[in-house]
Amino acid sequence: MRRLERAGWLAVAIVLCGLAIPWFLWGSAAVVAGLPLWLWWHVGWMGLASVVFWIFTKRAWGIGVETDTTASSRGHGADHTTHSARGGERP
Amino acid sequence: MSVTLQLGIIVGYLLLALVVGLIAYRLTDRTAEDFYLASRTLGTIVLLFTTFATLLSAFTFFAGPNIAYAQGPEWILVMGLMDGLIFAILWYVIGYKQWLLGQEYGYVTLGEMLGDRFASRRLRGLVAGISLLWLFPYVMLQQVGAGTALEALTEGTVPYAIGAGLITAFMILYVVVAGMRGIAWTDTLQGAFMLVTTWVALLWVLAAVGGPDAATAALASSEETAAFLSLGSAYYTPQWMLSTAITIGFGVAMFPQVNQRFFAAGSRTVLKRSFALWPILCVLLFVPSFMLGAWARGLDVAIPAGDNVLPVILAEYTPVWFAALVIAGAMAAMMSSSDSMLLSGSSYFTRDLYRPFVDQTLAARREDLLARVGVVIFATAAFGASLLNPATLFELGDAAFSGFAQLALPVLIALYWRKTTRAGITAGIVTSQLFYLSSLFLAAVPGSYAGWTAGIVGMGLGLVVTVVVSLVTTPAADERRAIYFDGLGAD
Repeated sequence: MRRLERAGWLAVAIVLCGLAIPWFLWGSAAVVAGLPLWLWWHVGWMGLASVVFWIFTKRAWGIGVETDTTASSRGHGADHTTHSARGGERP
Repeated sequence: MSVTLQLGIIVGYLLLALVVGLIAYRLTDRTAEDFYLASRTLGTIVLLFTTFATLLSAFTFFAGPNIAYAQGPEWILVMGLMDGLIFAILWYVIGYKQWLLGQEYGYVTLGEMLGDRFASRRLRGLVAGISLLWLFPYVMLQQVGAGTALEALTEGTVPYAIGAGLITAFMILYVVVAGMRGIAWTDTLQGAFMLVTTWVALLWVLAAVGGPDAATAALASSEETAAFLSLGSAYYTPQWMLSTAITIGFGVAMFPQVNQRFFAAGSRTVLKRSFALWPILCVLLFVPSFMLGAWARGLDVAIPAGDNVLPVILAEYTPVWFAALVIAGAMAAMMSSSDSMLLSGSSYFTRDLYRPFVDQTLAARREDLLARVGVVIFATAAFGASLLNPATLFELGDAAFSGFAQLALPVLIALYWRKTTRAGITAGIVTSQLFYLSSLFLAAVPGSYAGWTAGIVGMGLGLVVTVVVSLVTTPAADERRAIYFDGLGAD
């Protein structure tokens, strides 16, 4: 389930980046209210991106990055202490 | 009149920055972590604006509007995609992970984070060395820019060398005294100032010329600029726009002064809020400043050769004091980027080169002193180089974003793929750097591949080499694979 959610957000990120430039308006010189239509699209799209990012921070923050999702894994999962004891350079 | 006023405003800004720095100094602990990262305590507004001001530098005010004037406003799309979206997403994907790792293990630099995971002092030194190679000429470019601007502003009264020297001396004093906290605070003032003045400038000019309709109509009615409004041109090809947005977007995330801010957030909430606000902040600044540049072309504002568009259009349509204020802001933007670069450059030098290779037993108190000495050495050397004007260094400075972008994918893979090995990441970094450097300096290696830049081709190469070499090598016994994957994220 978590994996599916991660793939979903990845797709959202790709779509957000992919349409920041309105490719379907390529070559169009249509002007609306004093600005090129493609610029309005971009402005609106970035506003939308901000809203999507906000929703992401509320609902899915940590997905794909945080690895410690359950309290129990903290107890035996974090083996960095043992590792640092037997090797590896300290910062 | 305007020269005195402009100088007065610039000096006024410097004094204000110094006061902020002194207040920050009183709150600063004598430790490297506090000097470099303000002890990881930055709040939303400060983190947002310090990243913003550090990132944007003088390009937004000078080079960007100049390109819009010459080629049309499509740069806005490139900026929005690279800074507003790609960088924001990397802020989460690379930045949030770095922040978590920094909280857990106390990392201050990127090299430290990688060196610890791969148990490799050499990798740490390599990342720092590459970063300094690209950073040094970039700092120099800022000094050259400031020196030239001051010379032009005072009509030669302050010669280039003195101007660049004064700015360097001020930056050294400021960075040594203020550290990250002071820099972040002045950046915040500065970011807000840039936004407000750009919008006031836009409204002022539009009010004078009869609104956006009239300004755009003027652009459309002239034969040579009629094509400006249609999306795309021989200059703005899809390959070029994507290459530029991707290389710079990834490059920015590896720029030391930006990357280091990934460690500095005070909390998760700060990161979340900054992340969500970021695209809007970018649009708010890029649209007005780049459109002003494009509209200037249609309004028949004559730009003397070699001059910047924005100051000229402001001088034409707004009062002298206001134009002076915006120019002072742009000068200050240059400095706000450079001071952060000096601070980060010093941290890479101290933490990743001096400490591991020269004196491993460096005490915290002495490291704090060395950090400040590092700032002085770094800034003075860049100043010396800026007096000599060697062409190679300029090329390096101009290519810095793509150079940093070469680091991004190997780092990203290391952060998210368990099987990355020390040999893999090292080979990936070395290969793509060598490829990119040769595309700059060797005639035999082309700079463009079917419209795609060498920067983006090099990124692909780094990705492939990192993955392939990791697959065919086994991890060294002392690598600490688990630290990027286990136990991250718990409060």
